[in-house]
Amino acid sequence: MIATTRRVLSCAVLAAFALPGIVGSAHGATLDDVRAADELKCGINTGLAGFANTDDAGNWVGFDVDYCKALAAAVLGDASKIQYVSLTGKNRFPALQAGEIEVLARNTTWTFSRDVDLGLTFVGVNYYDGQGFLGPKSLGVSSATELDGASVCIQTGTTTELNLADFFRTHNMAYEPVPIETNSEARAAYEADRCDVYTSDASGLAATKATFDNPDDHMVLPEIISKEPLGPVVRQGDDQWADITRWVLNALISAEELGVTQANVEALAQKDGGSDNPEVQRLLGSEGSMGAMLGLDADWAARAIMAVGNYSEIFERHLGPDTRLGLERGLNALYSAGGILYSPPFR
Amino acid sequence: MAAPSSTRIEQLGYLWTDERLRGIAFQVLAVAGLALFFAFIIWNTAANLKHAGLASGYGFLLDPASFDINQRLIDYTSTSSYGRAFLVGGLNTVLVAALGIAAATFIGFVVGLMRLSTNFLVSRIATVYVELTRNVPLLLQIIFWWVVILALPRVRDSISVADVVFLNNRGIRMPQPIFEDAFQFILALFVAGCIGTFVLARWARKRHDLTGRTFPVGWSAIGLIFGLPALSTLFVGLPVDLDIPLLGRFNFEGGFNVTPELIALWLALSLYTGAFISEVVRSGILAVDKGQIEAARAVGLPPGLRTRKIILPQALRVIIPPLTNQYLNLTKNSSLAVVIGYQDIVSIGETVLNQSGQALEVISIYMAFYLTLSLLTSVLMNWYNKRTALVRER
Repeated sequence: MIATTRRVLSCAVLAAFALPGIVGSAHGATLDDVRAADELKCGINTGLAGFANTDDAGNWVGFDVDYCKALAAAVLGDASKIQYVSLTGKNRFPALQAGEIEVLARNTTWTFSRDVDLGLTFVGVNYYDGQGFLGPKSLGVSSATELDGASVCIQTGTTTELNLADFFRTHNMAYEPVPIETNSEARAAYEADRCDVYTSDASGLAATKATFDNPDDHMVLPEIISKEPLGPVVRQGDDQWADITRWVLNALISAEELGVTQANVEALAQKDGGSDNPEVQRLLGSEGSMGAMLGLDADWAARAIMAVGNYSEIFERHLGPDTRLGLERGLNALYSAGGILYSPPFR
Repeated sequence: MAAPSSTRIEQLGYLWTDERLRGIAFQVLAVAGLALFFAFIIWNTAANLKHAGLASGYGFLLDPASFDINQRLIDYTSTSSYGRAFLVGGLNTVLVAALGIAAATFIGFVVGLMRLSTNFLVSRIATVYVELTRNVPLLLQIIFWWVVILALPRVRDSISVADVVFLNNRGIRMPQPIFEDAFQFILALFVAGCIGTFVLARWARKRHDLTGRTFPVGWSAIGLIFGLPALSTLFVGLPVDLDIPLLGRFNFEGGFNVTPELIALWLALSLYTGAFISEVVRSGILAVDKGQIEAARAVGLPPGLRTRKIILPQALRVIIPPLTNQYLNLTKNSSLAVVIGYQDIVSIGETVLNQSGQALEVISIYMAFYLTLSLLTSVLMNWYNKRTALVRER
């Protein structure tokens, strides 16, 4: 299955670069493309609890999925007009570069080389993460610096491999990398004791741990060995589309800051009797013309919040303490609440 | 006036009806069309890459790779270059392909002969094996063997052989020989033994052709190649140290480890391709004229010689061309390694692709690598094919 996908992808990559241009793809037309298709093509994970996975009814749900929904609601006015494209760590960038998707919301770390060299634009950070280690408690390891000589399972095609190599090199420790392509197979290898620890982004480890039969037999080691700012990505060269995707994310964060929720957004957005806070009015489109500046309707942000709620609501629904993942806000709390989440002002 | 023009028309008509000229014209057209097509593809790809703001070229191969590889046949660290990482991956592919070809050939010949056996049980077992392995997708077989190996005892409960070889679900850990300087002397003797055997074999064949007398080449070869070096150790001692694996905190340390991924891939490739080869062998043997065997029997050749001197040389002529195909298939199938994380050229290439973003360049390296490997295999097998074909004419 995977191998087939890989081959198909290789062909797709070749074809994608070799064939367009016969028709010629125009710059700055992503918004028009989305409107013409009346559908947003959103790249998500192949399956990671909390971020993008299918529910019992077979619908995609998760933190990243909600971003896709907010974007579709803002642009098309309907959060269900989305074609989800699930992508592995390896094929996500070719898929975006080749125009298979319009936006990538798939636990993707913002790095210099990806931003500069791959022809991509990162539009912001929706989750501040860091790489950690998951190990069985029976291993008796309390710190990652005790892992000299261990076997480490890694999901390939991520920044994880590089951080791991750097970490072990700087600590002058030896290890055996066990690189595996998908989360499910890497998990299987870890559970079969092919490796001592499994490394990934800490949020991903919490998600993986939540799906074990006995989650309490495993622990995430305290060390976070890297900075992993995860965020949505678009193709470089279409500034309007980059602005739209960036400000939809900012709108969700600002909504939390301003106390706009899924429940009260409709009332606050009223022209008469709505919010009297001018920033809320600008955000929700009852005052000013911010929607028009983006090339969208005036109520673009209101629709996004109506569809999925503000940042806090999305977080609590998929990742927070009441979910299987049980993640604290931590760095992802608002700057005013001890975190580093900070949206530029709507003005 | 009319006459020359009608001749010209006739000449034109003649040009068209001449099979040779027409053939040349079509070939020129076809080549030109193909050249135009590729020129367009290359130009268009370059234009699109530029359009997408992507740099192209192979300069990235010199950049540091920054990731680690668990199975290295040559020195490699995370500070080595992408190019070196490709080399490590390429060698891993060659390793599993070579091991697989050797094992698949052995299995193929044994099972092929078993299927022809007159013993009911033996031939049935062979049939069941062939039908079972060649009808199940290779990918599933690879995963099957991987899961089987992962179900072996854990490191702490390793199955130990004489406390030097350890088998667990992280592979087989073996002592690593460390050669001292004096070992070169033994190595030289070994090489000398090989050359001596070659010369001896030529002499023996010539003598046999002239006089009909045979010489026990096989036994002398063993004596020359292995006996001489073994004998010399009596005088110089065995100049080899063993690095014996010891249980560390997580894994065995020291010695060298054969990874579960290599074992699983090797088993799956050998058993799968072995089934196909056994059918090739069976067809080759059945293709030998019955009269040949009867004639051999009539002149009183014993069964062993009959197989070696009469049946096999003729069967090989039929066997080798399809055998080459199987070797090529096995090599290319080894790229399925990526599912279980065996770090072959494709697995490493995909990591490089992901880190560097050079999709087209990486894929072109795959293509060039497999093409080179396949052509080399073909050249070797064709050379061998020619040799066996000559036997028939002599």
